[in-house]
Amino acid sequence: MIIDYLKKGLAKTRVGFVGKIEELVTGYKKLDDEFFEELEEILIQADIGAVTSMELVKKLQEEAHEQKIDDSSEAIGLLKKQIESIMGHDQPHLNIQEDGLTVILVVGVNGTGKTTSIGKITYNLRQQGKKVVLAAGDTFRAAATEQLESWAEDVGASIVKQNEGADPAAVAYDALQSAKAKKADVLIVDTAGRLHTKVNLMEEIKKIKRVLEREYPGAPHETLLVVDATTGQNAIEQAKLFNKATGVTGIVLTKLDGSAKGGIVIPIADRLEIPVKLIGIGEGKEDLRPFCPKDYADTLFSK
Amino acid sequence: MAIFSNLTEKLQHAFAGLRKKGKLSEDDIKAALKEVQIALLEADVNYKVVKKFIKDLREKAIGKDILESLTPAQQVIKLVNEELTNLMGKEKSSIMLASNPPTIIMMCGLQGAGKSTTCAKLANFYKKQNKKVMLAACDVYRPAAIKQLQVLGESLDIPVFTLGENVDPVGIAKGAVEKARKSAMDIIIIDTAGRLHLDEQMMNELVEMKKVVHPHEILLAVDAMTGQDALNVAESFDNQLGIDGILMTKMDGDARGGAAISAKAVTGKPIKFLGTGEKITDLEVFHPERMASRILGMGDVLTLIEKAQENFDEKKAKELEEKLRNSTFTLDDFLDQMDSMKGMGSMEDLMGMIPGMNKQMKNLQVDEKQMAHNKAIIQSMTKDERKDPQIINANRRKRIAMGSGTNVQRVNVLLKQFKETQKMMKRIGQMGKGGKMPKIPGLF
Ligand SMILES: Nc1nc2c(ncn2[C@@H]2O[C@H](COP(=O)(O)OP(=O)(O)O)[C@@H](O)[C@H]2O)c(=O)[nH]1
Ligand SMILES: [Mg+2]
Repeated sequence: MIIDYLKKGLAKTRVGFVGKIEELVTGYKKLDDEFFEELEEILIQADIGAVTSMELVKKLQEEAHEQKIDDSSEAIGLLKKQIESIMGHDQPHLNIQEDGLTVILVVGVNGTGKTTSIGKITYNLRQQGKKVVLAAGDTFRAAATEQLESWAEDVGASIVKQNEGADPAAVAYDALQSAKAKKADVLIVDTAGRLHTKVNLMEEIKKIKRVLEREYPGAPHETLLVVDATTGQNAIEQAKLFNKATGVTGIVLTKLDGSAKGGIVIPIADRLEIPVKLIGIGEGKEDLRPFCPKDYADTLFSK
Repeated sequence: MAIFSNLTEKLQHAFAGLRKKGKLSEDDIKAALKEVQIALLEADVNYKVVKKFIKDLREKAIGKDILESLTPAQQVIKLVNEELTNLMGKEKSSIMLASNPPTIIMMCGLQGAGKSTTCAKLANFYKKQNKKVMLAACDVYRPAAIKQLQVLGESLDIPVFTLGENVDPVGIAKGAVEKARKSAMDIIIIDTAGRLHLDEQMMNELVEMKKVVHPHEILLAVDAMTGQDALNVAESFDNQLGIDGILMTKMDGDARGGAAISAKAVTGKPIKFLGTGEKITDLEVFHPERMASRILGMGDVLTLIEKAQENFDEKKAKELEEKLRNSTFTLDDFLDQMDSMKGMGSMEDLMGMIPGMNKQMKNLQVDEKQMAHNKAIIQSMTKDERKDPQIINANRRKRIAMGSGTNVQRVNVLLKQFKETQKMMKRIGQMGKGGKMPKIPGLF
């Protein structure tokens, strides 16, 4: 099921995010070592990682040889196809329940854009007339609750909060009860940013998830990991450990409006099979798009 | 990243077969440098920087006596380490305080880099040196950003200058500096909104602010987890605004921090501070040589030792040093060590600093609760058992489990961990002996 708002966003994606395509490798080129090195450079600079990039290029070299391809644009087409197939052919979608409450848990390291993404997702859901409750689960960072509150006011959602320093699992519990009582369509649980290497904090997030599971079988229906597109190879460890702790169902790749390409999602999709579902392309409430593998593969080779 | 978690091992492996040939060839060195290249890229050093670095290194390596040396792997590592350290600036450099106060510090960077938290840490850093510090809240864009700084300031008892969200940031900065001057502040730290280096309008705002308040120091906050883009970001901020120093945040994670090299290499501006945790005191002065080891996956022995020195008392330290050197580290010491380590920061952080331990020590990650269990287990052992864990057979394990209120499995895990730690201690002991490290008074 592809939910409508994701479809709606797509049209704009094509002109906006992808509109600025300017091929990095232009014109006809011989498929020599220099060409393949150039490709490798492009991939590495997109944060795909040295090892994965080398693998991709090697595979391409072999395939080009097998298929007797000698045109550079055809070879690049082949490479894009490879990347597309790693990222999945389908349009991604959020698992929103037809009836009843959908619970979304949002996790990630510090400053990636969790709270902002929640604001944007909520705005989209509100556009579809859904009733949304937000749980202010970041009880750690100064004024984090106020930040979410300001989003809630702006896009029209209710918020459940407690004091700074409160147990986030207790906030999640309260919010779930409130969402049930209000017969809300969607509950989104914000959490404090945490480094994946901090054992105690990862235990804390497991507890939040356990509470949701226990109080509402089937929840959370989505556990979204928010990854900043400027992140390098460390994002693999982030995905691994957050996945281990909470079972990540999808990635929100933020800050694609910058000059970073966020290529680290390719090895993540390849090795951990976690799909990218949404992308963030700005700080405003409308700056959220569905992830489209084809468009993404295209942008990797654009300026 | 696990693949290259230890470059030293990797190179040693690469050279192991070759050593039999008696001598290394140029090609062998090239192959080794390829490993270094991949390690640097996987550590997020920018492609362009790595390319040039490896090229320079190749010339140096081939010209030197490395080919003839008996320990080529170590020689290559040493050379790489030296060159990396050079690349990051030879010495630590800090902020020069103005002779005519207040010293005006402006913090800038991308969204989510950790600017506000770092402003507060820096304020606290100077307050502890008995300076009068003030913060200025100029992020009028992100919801509740001003409030965040206010809360931080309040907790530190440091004044925060604000004019709300409806005044332009340049005006706020100007007002803040005037106020700081009037109230005889030593230092004023201006927090600005996160922005993309591509955002012309927002970048102009910073340029305008600089023109108006004439900061003594413009710091660029860079997230240690940043990938290849760090080069573009640093270059762009420096070209448009002109920065004086770099500050790496979120160093407490397991990112290698190659971004530091890229940022330094492209701007030539020194890295001055590191943010190493969420607590307000988690700010460290930057040491280039330590960072080099971290990026190479060789751990950070120096920091570890310093931390250890702060937390162990002198006599115990001497004893432990002896034990390390003689490899007679017992379960009693393990217990002692667990207690001391509590004051040293989290186990994982410490483990990350030990060469070659990143990987092996993953299973040693313990939380506080587990620590308590471990303590109970060791305390349930007899003196003899503590001295010589070899004698702990199945029956004894059962007894210990009962006595400590745990189970046999846990006892097994602990014994295994102890063995690993013993190994690691041996290794540190040997490093101290081998002269690879500068002589450190009372290792541990
Ligand atoms: N340019 C840009 N900035 C973003 C995007 N998403 C979030 N941000 C900014 O990143 C910063 C951190 O976001 P926040 O939601 O507070 O992160 P959290 O700590 O993960 O909750 C804020 O300044 C946001 O405005 C994005 O897609 N593009
Ligand atoms: Mg947040």
